[in-house]
Amino acid sequence: MKNSAFAGFLRWLDGDPEILLGAEEMTEQPDVPRDSQKQRIHHLEHVLKDHPLPVPRAFSRRNVRIFYAVVSVVCCLVIISCLLLAVSDLPRFGVEHAEVEEVTEKYVLDGLEETGAVNIVSGIILDYRAFDTLGESFVLFCALNCVLILLRTDSREEEHDISYYSLSGDDVLRKSIMFTLPLVLVFGVYVLLNGHLSPGGGFSGGAVMGGGLILLSTGYGGEVTGRFITERRFKTVCFIALSFYCLSKSYVFFTGANGLETGISLGTPGAILSSGLILPLNIAVGMVVTCTMYGIYRMFKKGSF
Amino acid sequence: MLDKLLMNYELAFAVILFGVGLCTLLFHRNMIKKIIGLNIMDTGLYLLLASMGYVEGAKAPIIEDLTNIGEVADYINPVPSALVLTGIVVSVSVTAISLSLAVRLFKKYHSLDLDEIYAIARRQEKEVF
Repeated sequence: MKNSAFAGFLRWLDGDPEILLGAEEMTEQPDVPRDSQKQRIHHLEHVLKDHPLPVPRAFSRRNVRIFYAVVSVVCCLVIISCLLLAVSDLPRFGVEHAEVEEVTEKYVLDGLEETGAVNIVSGIILDYRAFDTLGESFVLFCALNCVLILLRTDSREEEHDISYYSLSGDDVLRKSIMFTLPLVLVFGVYVLLNGHLSPGGGFSGGAVMGGGLILLSTGYGGEVTGRFITERRFKTVCFIALSFYCLSKSYVFFTGANGLETGISLGTPGAILSSGLILPLNIAVGMVVTCTMYGIYRMFKKGSF
Repeated sequence: MLDKLLMNYELAFAVILFGVGLCTLLFHRNMIKKIIGLNIMDTGLYLLLASMGYVEGAKAPIIEDLTNIGEVADYINPVPSALVLTGIVVSVSVTAISLSLAVRLFKKYHSLDLDEIYAIARRQEKEVF
């Protein structure tokens, strides 16, 4: 009773701010080195094979497995047939719908005039629905942080033993990277900067550039990319890009909601320096995506930058 | 229903792809295969969304002639394309997080099979208490 949530709640009512204090019994984990832990697990598996855990007959492992299999087959069948039923009632693929949605009409017909972006999708994601895209960038950033927390290895710990499939130092790869890497990076920058004029934008351009960096660090090892991407720079770039996006969009929303002039010119549609904030926002998103792609790769590969 | 499905086979295929992913997610005991199944499910969803916006013979929603935009029906629906972009970003994040969780699980239990992990975890719990 001492440890129950109800008792903690009662103590909280009495004014105890730390309801978990004293209730949790911390057992000290023995600090065993990794090898012996591995041995222990092997031992456990061995013991488990010889003497399986005593469980009631109805819940034996085999019964549970059969039950699980049956339930999952039924679940899959039900869900797939429901979805197929729904799809059979949807309008036919590729046929123009009888009544066009109001939202689509607004986006297509007024998009060029209101956002200045020739690429309407870009106008939607970075102007009409810019808040959504800000959320996306934060989702990416949060994912990167989670991976950092989960996979970070301290320098005193041994690094992941992955040298047996490491490609760095491979001559063929190195020579081909010398030819392809500039093209990949330039293409990434092109896609990034032309987001409002042609297919592409921050996410795709950033992914291409991140791919280029991953290629470089695969062929030449992390030391080469580590020379210009330090952890500090990495964090600074992400921070500046995200806060620029946040502040500039807040400004636009604030002035727009109050009917004020933003003072941001839309320029001539079709020119590279046009469509107001879309180009800078594309660059900001591209920076975040590049950093995220590369950072996630480094974390999985080495556990540090 | 079946003839409607056959007429609409593009969308039906997307749903079947979703189902393949769901089956992979439910039937396999290996964590990595489960994550692959989740990604296949995502792909089916994007295929469905993107094909819902497609209009036969229409152009991509990029305005070429700036003086004459034309009608709405000249372009495919840009809204699903914008939504698919959101979905792709979220699925990349989810994949990264789940893969790193799988790495942590492997480091702790030296196995990716759910049954083995459960068995070892249960055994360790008994040993501690």
